[in-house]
Amino acid sequence: MHEMSLCEGVRRIIDEQAAVHGFSAVRVVRLEVGRFAGVEKDALAFAFDVVMQGGPAEGARLELIDLPGAALCYDCGQQVELEHRLAPCPACGGGRLMPQGGDEMRIKDLEVI
Amino acid sequence: MSQERLIAVETAILSKNDAYAAGNRRILEALGILAVNLVSSPGSGKTTLLCRTIAMLGNTPLAVIEGDQQTSNDADRIRATGARAVQINTGKGCHLDAHMVGHAMADLALEAGSLLFIENVGNLVCPAAFDLGEEAKVAILSVTEGEDKPLKYPDMFTAAKLALVNKTDLAPHCDVSLAAYEANLKRVNPGIEVLFVSARTGEGMDAWISWLRTRHASKQAHARVAPGKAV
Repeated sequence: MHEMSLCEGVRRIIDEQAAVHGFSAVRVVRLEVGRFAGVEKDALAFAFDVVMQGGPAEGARLELIDLPGAALCYDCGQQVELEHRLAPCPACGGGRLMPQGGDEMRIKDLEVI
Repeated sequence: MSQERLIAVETAILSKNDAYAAGNRRILEALGILAVNLVSSPGSGKTTLLCRTIAMLGNTPLAVIEGDQQTSNDADRIRATGARAVQINTGKGCHLDAHMVGHAMADLALEAGSLLFIENVGNLVCPAAFDLGEEAKVAILSVTEGEDKPLKYPDMFTAAKLALVNKTDLAPHCDVSLAAYEANLKRVNPGIEVLFVSARTGEGMDAWISWLRTRHASKQAHARVAPGKAV
């Protein structure tokens, strides 16, 4: 994934929030990332430090909250939770699964001063 | 000394792109334009397939947005067919975003009731996450790439409504199973439609043209602007 451009999206939202709420610095940035979002956490953490330089979140701690990945099984018709994108259906062992969410990439909240 | 406080944001990181995409989609719907976003690896034969598609569509009004990191080679190839095309060079960027596409749509002065092809940057990863306002992503996968491509890059094939398995004329030379391509596509996206085509020989292309015409007619039927009016 394009972790650098994701961090640029985070930076833009933080800059907007700073203008609205009038904070001077961000201590913690909490992101929710779905299991199927394809985000490489190390790459994201690296890009985060680079992209936040010179802004209110420079030096902020990045916390990632994992969101589960659900899928609809086309074999047994059940909604199931998958450990990873290509895992078989835990209910019937079937291999045709349509993800239902799990691709979220969201800023949950900011701890600011 | 100021107090530490928590600000709930609850905003999607790509929300800016999604807002531009929604704007593009509103314009396309009002004009009755069918827009398809062609996505694939580099070298899958997207531009050749598009040139053949344009020839087969005859006098259907259409326009093309080409995305590449560098060069206007692809837009030049499209213009050689007589179709209107604009080239977006993304520089270091690995995907088209909805903002770039909105500008390209304005440059093209789209005709109401027409077809718009968006040929994305050759990349099976990033373009999956960027909605451009299109009706459908169409993933092109050539038989020379290996049957496990959908398993290696599931996001793109999950995001696509249709997969065109291209270069079927080369299949006998590549020791590949077309059935395995289809099974792997359906494994990552049980709802995906799959068509086998050869843009070089034309084999299977009729089914793709028919897929386009069906959706195009439906878009035109819901237009709020009379066909042919350029905006």
